[in-house]
Amino acid sequence: MNWSSPAEFFAMGGYAFYVWASYGVAAALIVAELWLLAARRRTFLRRSRRRLDRANDAE
Amino acid sequence: MSLNIWRFASPQAFYSLAGNLIPWFLVAAALLGAAGLYVGLLIAPTDAQQGDAYRIIFIHVAAAWMSMFIYTVMAFWCAVGLIVNTRLSFMMALALAPTGALMTLIALWTGSLWGKPTWGTWWVWDARLTSELILLFLYIGFMSLHAAIDDVRRADRAAALLALVGAINVPIIYFSVKWWNTLHQGASVSLTRAPSMARAMLLGMLLVALAAWMYSIAASLMRVRSLILERESDSDWVQTIARTEAAT
Repeated sequence: MNWSSPAEFFAMGGYAFYVWASYGVAAALIVAELWLLAARRRTFLRRSRRRLDRANDAE
Repeated sequence: MSLNIWRFASPQAFYSLAGNLIPWFLVAAALLGAAGLYVGLLIAPTDAQQGDAYRIIFIHVAAAWMSMFIYTVMAFWCAVGLIVNTRLSFMMALALAPTGALMTLIALWTGSLWGKPTWGTWWVWDARLTSELILLFLYIGFMSLHAAIDDVRRADRAAALLALVGAINVPIIYFSVKWWNTLHQGASVSLTRAPSMARAMLLGMLLVALAAWMYSIAASLMRVRSLILERESDSDWVQTIARTEAAT
């Protein structure tokens, strides 16, 4: 273990802003991509379900 | 019984294969990522020259490698699509582009945050940085061109051509630190010489890189599944999926 306390870990030797802005933004972008991917699938399924319902009503 | 891999060139077969594979790639990405960050952030020693600012390397290098590798794979599928004219190849290329652009953006963002404390500047127009920025524009150009053409088959072919021409940029990025005098340091890892960093640093970097690899595969497979559904929405098998899965 390289650190002696959590405070020392979060301070990153004085480079906290640079290190955590790197990790934070990367994590946020990855979460956003996964969310968008799930949303795209849900949207497609919802739209096609609605289209199928309309086709059934028309018959 | 022989397994015929060409069966998976059919969008329907590939759709279910991808669906089975995605959870495994996501789990592998999470485990490798957690192990890599544990080693990189908690175990690896502080760098003698750069202090703890160097810890940005663990995402920066992984994202930069993936940004180039994904483009190469994307260009490969574009070439296959143009030569053999398989529908799935173009869908694979289109599914890779946003994840590749994301990795490029992360590489540029973390590079900028690393440059400020170590070089004293957020950005310089040096060969490595500029060619990586061009890579981002190539990804964006590929997606924009595809979106701008209504006819999907024409959009596939036009965007594929753009991707292939742009592929020349990948070796330029990779060798830029050798060919030009740049502020950016040389390759972190090389097959021809001993590693230039502590073993824990190298291990953390390789674990995060593998995690980025697994994540990129999972994200691209998720996107290609949506693309398959959208493009095959008139077929019976997609309508069956829509009927059974829309409720959940």
